[in-house]
Amino acid sequence: MNQQPVLKIVDLRKKYGTTEILKGVSLELKKGETKVIIGPSGTGKSTLLLCINRLVEPDSGKVFLEGEEITPKNVHRMRQKIGFVFQDFNLFNHLTALDNVRIGLIKVQKIRKAEATEIAMEQLKKVGLADKAHLYPSQLSGGQKQRVAIARALATRPKVILFDEPTSALDPELIGEVLSVMVDLAKSGMTMLVVTHELGFARSVADEIVFMENGVIVEQGTPSEIFTNPKTERTRQFLRRLTELYGEERK
Amino acid sequence: MKLIVESLPVLLKGTLVTIELTLAGLTLGLVIAIPVSFFQVYGARVPRLVCSIYERTFRSIPLLVLLMLIFYGLPEVGIKLEPFFACVLGLGLRSSAYQSQIFRGAILSVGKGQSVAALSLGMTRFQVFRHIVFPQALRFSIVPWTNELTIVLKDSSMAYALGVVELLRQGSYIIARTYEPMLIFLLCAAIYLALTIFANRILGFVEKKLRIPGFETREVVH
Repeated sequence: MNQQPVLKIVDLRKKYGTTEILKGVSLELKKGETKVIIGPSGTGKSTLLLCINRLVEPDSGKVFLEGEEITPKNVHRMRQKIGFVFQDFNLFNHLTALDNVRIGLIKVQKIRKAEATEIAMEQLKKVGLADKAHLYPSQLSGGQKQRVAIARALATRPKVILFDEPTSALDPELIGEVLSVMVDLAKSGMTMLVVTHELGFARSVADEIVFMENGVIVEQGTPSEIFTNPKTERTRQFLRRLTELYGEERK
Repeated sequence: MKLIVESLPVLLKGTLVTIELTLAGLTLGLVIAIPVSFFQVYGARVPRLVCSIYERTFRSIPLLVLLMLIFYGLPEVGIKLEPFFACVLGLGLRSSAYQSQIFRGAILSVGKGQSVAALSLGMTRFQVFRHIVFPQALRFSIVPWTNELTIVLKDSSMAYALGVVELLRQGSYIIARTYEPMLIFLLCAAIYLALTIFANRILGFVEKKLRIPGFETREVVH
């Protein structure tokens, strides 16, 4: 088995003005691994994800995808191999669900329309929305929008998918459908880096949980280590708050 | 009644000139406005500043003053234009300033998340504009653009001042012969009204053609 990590982040740093958001974050994801990043808001979790594929330009540090460094020069090619799911879905409002999923294939990867349609429909089926293919975003519920967004991220056959709080903008009743798609995805062997407050999800599918605060990784370990025996008092405190707020487990 | 029938062909000849002025002015305005709005949104500091000064300037000068400057002022520096072209230039320059603001607003009302998502798929900046931002901005700009069209149409009557024989001047020629200002000016007004309604109809049709759920700019009729 190839032990080279799919995604390798080395000492990533980012400042906005004088505020340091990322103070040197390093992280590795092996193939098929799911890592969940938790931590209070404003600690740089989203910035970390955005810096990985340079949607936000990091000040320093390196990111490697399958051993190849992501640079401003190759960024358009590398982004095609990194799926990104946003908190606010960011579906293209003027395109149907189907077009949202296939536009990257047609316009970026230059795949023929018929073939792209086939791939897109397959992905929509995977997230349970094949029957909504011709609806526009405004005609979909939040949960459906996020599932289309996941299908869009999947369509280009990425090596890794980054999720930025994918359920935070959803009504509580709609969170389940999105999480179940993500659980299936993790089980199917997709490499995933997920920022979320969903502890149930973290506990059941994460290979490792990363606790971030103030721009640094405070602690990382398996769910059982983090949940039952956190090394730092700060992690323990944060988890207790989160549990009070969101409940222990979501079925 | 006889006067109306006799005047109409002459007035319609003037109407044709009015339409030419409007279309030429709008087109010139459009051609200038697109790059101006593009630089105002995406440009570096200097082009952004230049475009903003341009836009402020031409939005602040009354059209009549602008026409006078072009027609009577420019010959002093060696640029002499036919009245018709001087009018097109005046209408176009002023309209470009207003149109640039329509497009700038439309581009800005496409959320930033749309561009970020498109970039995350590996699109280049140009592809993002071409496939994601522009199609949405276009839909946002149809209604204000319809408004701009009717303004240029009506303001083309200021070409009267430079002696262009458009609708209003044809009307005044008839009045000079017949001394029937009320009737003839009413007739001119009616023609402007008809043109405006017609132009609105056409753009309303375009708007309907491009309509997409979630982009309703008018109240939806159930």
